[in-house]
Order: sequence, then C-alpha cells, then structure tokens
Amino acid sequence: MSGPSSFQPQNSVLKWIERRLPIFGLVHSSFVAYPTPRNLNYWWTFGGILSFMLGVQIITGVILAMHYTPHADLAFNSVEAIVRDVDYGWLLRYLHSNGASMFFIAVYIHMLRGLYYGSYKEPREILWILGVIIYLLMMATGFMGYVLPWGQMSFWGATVITNLFSAIPYFGESIVTLLWGGYSVGNPTLNRFFSLHYLLPFVIAGVVVLHVWALHVAGQNNPAGVEPKTAKDTVPFTPYATIKDAFGLSCFILFYCWFIFYIPNYLGDPDNYIPANPGVTPAHIVPEWYYLPFYAILRSIPNKLAGVAAMFSAILILAFLPWLDSAKTRSMRYRPLAKQCFWIFVGVCLGLGYLGAKPPEGVYVVAGRILTACYFAYFLIVLPILSRIEKPRTVPNSIADDVLGKKKSVVASALAVIGAVGLLALDGGSTARAAEHGPTPPSVNWSFAGPFGKFDQGQLQRGYKIYKEVCSACHSMNLVHYRNLTDPGGPGFSIAQAEALAAEIQVKDGPNDAGEMFERPGRVADKFPAPFPNENAARAANGGAAPPDLSLMAKARGYERGFPQFIFDAFTQFQEKGPNYIHAILTGFEETPPEGFELPDGSTYNKYFPGHAMKMPSVLADDQVTYDDGTPQKVDQYAKDVAAFLMWTAEPKLEERKRLGFQVMIFMIILTGLLYFTKRAVWADAH
Amino acid sequence: MTTSSSAGQSRRDFLFVATGAVAAVGAAAAAWPLVAQLNPDASTVAAGAPIEVDLAPIADGQDIKVFWRGKPIYIMHRTKKQIEEARDVNVASLPDPQPDSARVKEGHDQWLVVIGICTHLGCIPIAHEGNYDGFFCPCHGSQYDSSGRIRQGPAPLNLAIPPYAFVSDSKIRIG
Repeated sequence: MSGPSSFQPQNSVLKWIERRLPIFGLVHSSFVAYPTPRNLNYWWTFGGILSFMLGVQIITGVILAMHYTPHADLAFNSVEAIVRDVDYGWLLRYLHSNGASMFFIAVYIHMLRGLYYGSYKEPREILWILGVIIYLLMMATGFMGYVLPWGQMSFWGATVITNLFSAIPYFGESIVTLLWGGYSVGNPTLNRFFSLHYLLPFVIAGVVVLHVWALHVAGQNNPAGVEPKTAKDTVPFTPYATIKDAFGLSCFILFYCWFIFYIPNYLGDPDNYIPANPGVTPAHIVPEWYYLPFYAILRSIPNKLAGVAAMFSAILILAFLPWLDSAKTRSMRYRPLAKQCFWIFVGVCLGLGYLGAKPPEGVYVVAGRILTACYFAYFLIVLPILSRIEKPRTVPNSIADDVLGKKKSVVASALAVIGAVGLLALDGGSTARAAEHGPTPPSVNWSFAGPFGKFDQGQLQRGYKIYKEVCSACHSMNLVHYRNLTDPGGPGFSIAQAEALAAEIQVKDGPNDAGEMFERPGRVADKFPAPFPNENAARAANGGAAPPDLSLMAKARGYERGFPQFIFDAFTQFQEKGPNYIHAILTGFEETPPEGFELPDGSTYNKYFPGHAMKMPSVLADDQVTYDDGTPQKVDQYAKDVAAFLMWTAEPKLEERKRLGFQVMIFMIILTGLLYFTKRAVWADAH
Repeated sequence: MTTSSSAGQSRRDFLFVATGAVAAVGAAAAAWPLVAQLNPDASTVAAGAPIEVDLAPIADGQDIKVFWRGKPIYIMHRTKKQIEEARDVNVASLPDPQPDSARVKEGHDQWLVVIGICTHLGCIPIAHEGNYDGFFCPCHGSQYDSSGRIRQGPAPLNLAIPPYAFVSDSKIRIG
C-alpha cells in the first residue's frame, strides 16, 4: 500500500498472476518489506490485536447466527440451546460475548496510546478520524449485539438507548418509531438489530482497510514522535514487527482465555439471564461496561436533549483532536505538563466509568458532573492552552538516537496496566442495585468453585430430588430435559434411570391420525414438566406473583461485593454469587419480622430477599425429604444441595469448560514462552 | 568462532521451527470446534429416538408414509401379487442384486418398510406407480419394484431399509 512494489516473484505461475494482479507485491510491500520504526513499544501491538479480535468476532458471530433464531419468542431459548445442545456451543458463545469486551479493552488501550504519543497529529489526521469512525461503528455493533439474547438487560438497554433519539427536536419521535418498527421495542426491532449486527462488522472491516491504508501512507508514529530519517531508524515489518505482534497477541489471548474459561459471566449482568419482560424494568439499568463513561456523562446533565448531546459530543470531540491540540511535539514523553494531564484524564475516564455503574443519587450525581466537566475541559481547555504555553523537553534527533539513549518509562506503563485492569473490573460496580439490599449472602464452600471445580454427583442427585419433590410444585424448569440427567458433568443418572424418571410424567402430544391430542408417557427428549399451563395461571395460583423458571436461576441472581472485592473476584474466579444467594434465601426465612417491619399480607419475611417481603413461603423443613445416602436431612443441607443442582442446570457445561480451559491455558503459556524467546532471537540482530 | 556461531544458528533454527510448529498445532486445534459445531445438536439427536408405528389400520394393497429423523418412511402392505412379482425376479439381472427375502422380515412378507428417498438425488418416489408395481420417482424417472429395488432409470441402488423390528404382529419400532 505504499507505492509500486519492487517485489519480483521467481516462480513462473506467481509471475503470471503478478503481472495481471499485483497482489503478492501488495502483501510484500505492506506486510513484509514495510519499514516500521525500530523503537515501537508493546502499546503498538494493539493494532494487530484489534484486527485479530475483529476476525474472532466475525467468525464466531457467523457461526452463532447459524444456530440463533431472531424472534422475540424464540431468541432467548435459542441462545440457551446453543450453550446447552450445540457441540462447543458454550465455547463459541463465551468467545463472542467476552470477545466484545476484549475488543473494547484493546480499542481503549489503542486509543489512549494514540492520545499519549500524539498519533493524531499531522500527517495522520485522517488516520485518526477513521479510527474514531471505527470506534463509533463498534459501539453501534456492540449495542445491537447485546440486544440479541433478548434478556431483561437486552430489552431495557434497547428501550433506553433507542429513546435517546427521542431527544432530537421535531424528528425525535419519528426516528424512534423507525428504529422500533412498532409502538415499542418488540419483534421487528429484534429482527432489524440482528440484520444490522450482522452487517456492521463487515463495514468495520472495510473502514479498517482504509485505516491501514492511511497508516501505510503516513507511516507509523513511534514513542519518540520523530519521523524516521534514515534506514537505521526502521526495521522491516517481517520478521521484526510480526514476531513482536505475535508475542503481544499471545499474551492477550492468554488474558482473553482467563475470561472465557474461568469467569465467562464476570463482565455480564445477571439480569440478562432473565427473559425479556416488557412489563418489568430491572431495578437498576446499566449498559455494558464499555459504555459506562458515556452513560455517566448522559446522566449527569439534568436536561434530556443536553444530556444526549453531551454524550455524543464526548465521542465526536475525539475527531477534532488534531486541531484542538496544536503542539508541534507529538509524544507526551517530552511534554511534562501534558503528560500529567493525560494521566489525570485517564483517571477521569475510569471515574466516569465507575459512576456510570452507580445509581444516579446523591454524591454520585455531583461527582458525575465534576468529572464530566473535567472530561470536556481536557479537550477544550487543557490541550489547546498547553499546546500554546508548554515548553517541551528536547526531542531526540532521530529514532536511532532514541533507541540508544532509551530509558523505560516503567512507571507510566505500570499505571496504564493498572488503569486497564481497573477499567475491565468496573463491572463489579455494575451489579449495584438501586433497591435496598439485605445483608450479603454468606459464601458457601462449593465443590464446583475454582479452576478445577467439579460437581458432586451425589449432591446433584439429592438436589434433583428436592427440586422434584418440593420446588417443582410451583417452579418450572423449561430449559432442562430428562436426557440432560445422563449428560457427562451432570448428576450422572444412567440412561435407564432417566427413562424411568421421564416415564413418570404424562406429556400432551398429537394430533394423532384422528386429529386429536393425546397423552403419552414422557421420554428422555422431553423437558421437565411445568406446574402451570401458562404464566397467568401461575400468577393466579400464587397470590399474584408468578414463581420464576428455575433453569437459569443460579446465573440470574447476584449481589454487590463492593470495591475492591470485585477486582479480586476476577483473579480468584469467584462465580458463585447465584448459588450463595439461593442458599441464603432458602435459609433466610424468619417467622416474625423484626420490630417495626410492616409485612404485607400473603408475604413471608426473608433476611436476604431485596425488600425482605417475599411471596414465596418457607417451604423446607428438617426431615421433609428423605435422603438414601445418609446425608443429614437438615434445611441447610437441603438448601446447599438444591443450590448446587441449580448451578448445574444454569451452567451444565461447567466441568467441560474448566477442563478444556486448563488444557488451553497450559498450551497458551508454552506458546507465549516460545514466542518470547523467538522474538528475542529475532530482535538480537536489530540491536 | 565459526563453530560456535553455527551452533547458535542451529539452536535458533530449532527455536523458530518449534515455535512455528506449536503455533500451527494451536491453529488446527482452534479450528476443531468451528467444524464440530456443524454436527446435529443434542436436541436433534434426542428427537431422532425410535418411533413405534401401528400397522393394523393399513389394509391390503395400501401404504402409509411416516417420518423418522426427518425422512419419509414408506410402509407398504403388499398384495399376494406384489409379493410374487418381487420373488419371481432373476436376482442376478438386477442393477443392485438383492433377493426379496433380504428386504423384508421373515414371517412378515406382506410388509415392505423402506426409506422413501430416491437413491439417485434424493427426491421422493410415488408409491404404486411405474412399470414394476412399486415406486416411480418423478424427478428423473427411476423405477423401483414392489420390493423397493431399482429396476430402471438413473438411480444406482435399491431404496434403503431403515433399522426396524416387529414389536408384535401389528406393530413395528423404527430406529
């Protein structure tokens, strides 16, 4: 992409092709001979990492679309069917859902690198603006993708974000109607979002080509911010940059795998494991973590139109950066004041992200306004003024000089790493609830916790017995089939046992040849029977509150662990909020509410239930269910067993995931080590 | 000096080859789930369980079509004439030689159970049509006899027989 190539193929077939389509020359001049500054640091590997992530998202996305059904009634269950029934479906789904987060982590690092080293300055303005366009497209794609599973957060996120456009004067309402294709968010909305979510990544790929083209015309910026002058300043892209990018990518994949295999739901919201319900808004709506800073800006402005305008301006202002910062010195390494302001700006962004996950009340609102002002001040006041008054330090004469006299800015790098970790860990704050919470559920020692955790088969069988004899009187379990009882990594029933259990129920089937429905004994392909024919019947029979489906309960409930615990949770792989909560609820009933608590009629007091007034009565009592294996027949034991069983129904591939994860981790550590030594061997020539 | 640098060279070469080989193994392993997901999923497999069919309502000379694993299964109650025609053929002269006895269950000669998919290109043949008192495929003119054997036309093989067994005299289990 940098002019006619000097590449001359030797092979006659290649020559024949090259004369007609100079594709080998293009690849050679762009990715082999292309001169790359020799002083690039690892922050420059994120461009390659982003290309890789775009590829991963497109490949896994195309595959997921083979199994997904974009219909409001079927979408939620089709996503669960992917995870439960498709070969490696759980892996593909977690690759894609965590891939979005990884994509954004990488893009934020890439953008901050550009900000720090002045990569937007002349002659790279168009390169930078193309990057801002890619970022906007990524945000649109990520948002529409989050809608597709059609959980509670999908639905209400779609409602809130589409309503942003209603702030536009005169045309707002019409635009929102066009987005919805109806009177509210519904099936037509889901259909068009699916179509656009499939389209936009290819648009991104197209803009990426322009972005790389512009990059190869202007050449890469570098940490010193001086242009290459002689051949001594550069090294050929292959093998030097290729192997360095490969090592950086390998480290990044290792990080990515940690999320996929050990904490796949860490960055997600438990509410999205509840199917979309247009009649109930979750207590606290939060977008995915990567939108939180902008969400905080939106909420800190009390006027609807001004808030929306501020939010979009916060992104669009980036496109004007080349003209807002007119300093001649590119790299902030040589701009002591700008450098300090940059790190303050990173702190402001993290702070806004934290506030975006908090309820918009009290001190959070004030802090949000201050940080919003700081955010805009950085671009509109700090950078324009600094570029006029700041006296930069002496810039090295050439890149070669920079390499010889190099001092590592270890502190800055370490700060940035901490920043990145903080950013991704922000999610813990996103589980904040506006409603008041009871005490935090105590942490139980689960056999399935940790990197080598496995379900206790006996416990799952006991849990199934409790579900069957107690819970199933009111709760359905629509995603679990009798055949699942024999699946590896489950309760370990034999096929004959599962067939016998299935045959205990009667299933409505038909129509037969005479056109009549009939009842037949259940088969292993049948799902667990629902106690009520429909939700209205369930509601009517239970004093107005329909007992929720239990299939995903252990992933659909969470509670706040607070800062800094939620950051440690990422390292200790804590993923057991759901079972802790279920155990706490089942053991948290109290006959008499505390002094002064007004208990509504038909409710039971529960220590751990949000709001404490629970429609479900205390259903477990000691010795209520008979255990054959000598396990104590106590409520606490019952609660633990059924919570473990529900963890299995929510995450049936947990054992397979952790087992494969261990193998992948070992492999990636070996590959990363080899790449490190290869990179050192290759670069040994260059120094 | 020369020897030590050539030793260093071969150590480096080994490192490069080892890294490349490990990376290639990783790429191949990563491709595996992308292909494996194309298999029928667990619910499809579970839905393909055996089915039972009651034969009592099928009169002499009639046939029914049932579906098993998404495939049409013809169950034909053959007449005496059809059975005789199927037996009176010189087996060696057939394109896909198979005696009638190999295509029905012993003692249940009147029942022909075949997968109703033409072995040419997968169309569904029409029962009781064609020149052989069996099946005729409208797509490309293949003709099958009353034992479901290919007699004429482009199809290479006889109609396939699904796995099935008689549960009782008037009931079969397919699968």
